Amino acid sequence: MPVIKTESLSHVYGAGGPFESVALDNVNIEIPQGAFVGIIGHTGSGKSTFVQHLNGLLAPTSGRVLLDGEDINADKKRRHDTRFKVGLVFQYPEYQLFEETVARDIAFGPRNMKLSKDEVSARVREAAFFCGVSEDLFERSPLELSGGQKRRVAIAGVIAMRPDILVLDEPTAGLDPAGCAGILKNISDYRAATGATVVLVSHSMEDVARIAERLIVFDEGRVVMDGSPAEVFSHTAQLRAIGLDIPAAADVAEKLRALGVPVPDGCYTVEQLRDAVLALRKEGGTC
Amino acid sequence: MLKDVTLGQYFPGTSFIHRLDPRTKLIATFVYIAALFVAKWYVSYAVVLALLIVCITVSGIKPSAFFRGLKPILFIIIFTAVINLFATKGGTVLWNWWKLTITSAGAQLAFLMVARIMLLITGTFLLTYTTTPMALTDGLELLLEPIKKLGAPVHEFSMMMSIALRFIPTLIEEADKIASAQKARGADFETGSLTERAKALLPLLVPLFVSAFRRADELAVAMEARCYHGGEGRTRMKKLTMCPADWATLIGSGVFLAGIIVLARYGL
Ligand SMILES: Nc1ncnc2c1ncn2[C@@H]1O[C@H](COP(=O)(O)OP(=O)(O)OP(=O)(O)O)[C@@H](O)[C@H]1O
Ligand SMILES: [Mg+2]
Repeated sequence: MPVIKTESLSHVYGAGGPFESVALDNVNIEIPQGAFVGIIGHTGSGKSTFVQHLNGLLAPTSGRVLLDGEDINADKKRRHDTRFKVGLVFQYPEYQLFEETVARDIAFGPRNMKLSKDEVSARVREAAFFCGVSEDLFERSPLELSGGQKRRVAIAGVIAMRPDILVLDEPTAGLDPAGCAGILKNISDYRAATGATVVLVSHSMEDVARIAERLIVFDEGRVVMDGSPAEVFSHTAQLRAIGLDIPAAADVAEKLRALGVPVPDGCYTVEQLRDAVLALRKEGGTC
Repeated sequence: MLKDVTLGQYFPGTSFIHRLDPRTKLIATFVYIAALFVAKWYVSYAVVLALLIVCITVSGIKPSAFFRGLKPILFIIIFTAVINLFATKGGTVLWNWWKLTITSAGAQLAFLMVARIMLLITGTFLLTYTTTPMALTDGLELLLEPIKKLGAPVHEFSMMMSIALRFIPTLIEEADKIASAQKARGADFETGSLTERAKALLPLLVPLFVSAFRRADELAVAMEARCYHGGEGRTRMKKLTMCPADWATLIGSGVFLAGIIVLARYGL
């Protein structure tokens, strides 16, 4: 049974008002336990709206969201409990830090779970470790940290709840390459250690190509593609038509093919392309 | 919850009311409010209500938008009703229990007060729903031109007001976002006692203030970078002009106020 399933999920913002807009239109998705799903789509395609339905922050205009087979919007308590199981890291979470110290901010989630004091501080330490937040920062004010550090603290605040499902909305937006790689590695580590299901929204094709096992592509509130990265990135023309790009490596592979170099299908990360080209050279091919 | 706050919201449109000069609408609204305070008895209230219904119909804005706007002040309305209901003495006693008494005078007064508040709020909504905040402050600045000569900081005041109006929706959106992020970590704004809920709101204020100050700073820098130095010698991109329709509206609202005054004279 999938951990998360949406059944003809639709969401309309400001229904009946002057600025009514359909953000999600009949979305049917199943996410199995332990999956690593990447969600891509251009600006305004409904990604953030979709992920906010997964933990019941937004209620569907129509349709249902099922967690372990049960409707998460059945009642208030269920919706509240869902928040601890499905950890959601918002887009630009650094603007949402509010406690006096870093440690207290990370502890906000576990405290709301009504855990014991010792358990809370154990969780804080664990989450800080996963997210690469050094303990020297614990007593600092979150407002004094750099942007990248704030982002890590915000992610740690969600991981401290030890969610079974970790949902991240553009966790790497606006960070430098080293910062991006660091955060992606933290996420992978958390998943490896806990077996959590991960849903990652991203603008960066490179990021999702590297770490997601499955990609879901949104366009104007609808799911237009759903499959492995290799499958999705083979539809170059369709992706471009909806304003997305393919990873640089996939682009290079395509151009090489156009030049007559027999690069195999499914090369969409730099490493895969490098290996494929090196293998071709060994065979004494054209390059 | 925060989405119910419709203050400063504008509904785009091209109706007769939308097209009026903001100065006309401001004056007409003041006249309307004055009439509402002059109004004494049911007949006057009915006339005011009729005018409001006509104006809302002409504006083409759905009536539900006005009801939604009333929701946040529901508490004030109920409070007014209760106070007037129990604190007014006179007339026949309708209901009596322990120290609480409802008299016919109290019931009437409560009804009229509630009607007055609702008419007042709905009428001012009509102004903000049909006028962009920018047009509104421009209009206000021009109307206050005479007291500028006396040295009152009219331009600064209207600039402050337009900035405030501009940022209200932004701040509401931001508060919503922060509340969502905290809800995602299990904050509970919906259940629990009143004090518990008030406590849950506190962590909301910190990031909200931080971001409001950050925004204010950024805005100040941006304005200075474009050489803003106050109202001295500033010209306007959009010149406001009064059309015949504006004058007609002004005359109409004068007649309306006179009518209400006459009605009040006869105690109606
Ligand atoms: N609070 C809101 N009120 C009204 N409309 C909204 C709101 N939030 C989003 N929308 C609209 O819904 C649509 C989907 O927005 P959403 O934030 O889900 O997009 P997104 O895919 O996350 O975009 P981005 O990549 O820019 O984050 C957009 O057209 C947007 O204008
Ligand atoms: Mg988004």
